[in-house]
Amino acid sequence: MAGPTIDALGQFTLTTGLGGLGRAVNFTNSNEAMLGAAVVVVLVFALGLRSRALVPGRTQSLVEMLYEFVRNMCVDTIGEEGLRFFPLVFTIFSFILLGNLIGLFPYFFAFTSHIAVTLTLALFVFVFSTGVGFYTHGFKFLKFFVPSGVPSWLLPLLVPIEIISYLSRPVSLSVRLFANMTAGHVMWEVFAGFMLLLTASFGVLGAFASVVPLGLNVALAALELLVAGLQAYVFAILTCLYLHDAVHMH
Amino acid sequence: MSEGRDKAAFEQRLKAAEQAAEGPKRDAAESDAGSARRAIELAMRLGVEMVAAMVIAVVIGWGLDKLFHTTPWLMILMVPVGMVAGLRNLLRASGDKTGG
Repeated sequence: MAGPTIDALGQFTLTTGLGGLGRAVNFTNSNEAMLGAAVVVVLVFALGLRSRALVPGRTQSLVEMLYEFVRNMCVDTIGEEGLRFFPLVFTIFSFILLGNLIGLFPYFFAFTSHIAVTLTLALFVFVFSTGVGFYTHGFKFLKFFVPSGVPSWLLPLLVPIEIISYLSRPVSLSVRLFANMTAGHVMWEVFAGFMLLLTASFGVLGAFASVVPLGLNVALAALELLVAGLQAYVFAILTCLYLHDAVHMH
Repeated sequence: MSEGRDKAAFEQRLKAAEQAAEGPKRDAAESDAGSARRAIELAMRLGVEMVAAMVIAVVIGWGLDKLFHTTPWLMILMVPVGMVAGLRNLLRASGDKTGG
């Protein structure tokens, strides 16, 4: 069949970024987007905090709102000692948020749509929170896997369940972010490709009919904006929850 | 010197103005938005939580089978354990704190 086809997954292909230098060291377009996200975060914060006004301007209140939002999340979820982990949570939150948002623009790459990236982030959180647990409680942290108030003959059954439940954390953490971002971008691509198909097969009539998928794509853009923010929030709050479990053991 | 006093006076006026403007109304609206946010967050989590436990359980079973040459019995044994662990995840995600 001639004419346009829908290549929904082509948008996630890794190419090299930064020209010849990037080719030499395997610097991909995904890395480019990560670097971009980090630079945008640092720039916005540097700009917003330049004046340090008592009555904040627009950029400064954006920065302050983000800061207080994540700070409250830390304190509410982990407790007062959660402030020790605030820098980590804030870094993860802003990095993922900017990654999701940058990926929404045409010609930009959504690096959070790769399981390799999200799994790395999730494994880091997992290993870190387990480390915090052992650091805070020593080997008593293993009691985390032994539910209290249960007859002892049930323990051989319950301990594996608890361990599997614990091990499934990085999987659910990474798959959720990756799946949400990938699904959104694939849907966009499919509707956009459908417009081309309509025009190619029905001519002028098809061009008029493709208003429908166009409208769907506009609606999807709003939804994706919500998902981008929400997934960053969910990732951050689950990081807080896992740290809470590590610090308080329940 | 006067800067510190100005600041203290400003804080006081700010607090008074905030209370006068939107004291109880703001709190109610905030908690409403908070519960909606939690609900959406929960909806996003639940499906994946169940599947993830299942995947981990099956992978562990498969690995142990390879190790002990018992294919496929340990994997089959792990499937119900994975299901229960998925349910445990669900309960924990929806705020059940017992025994956790």
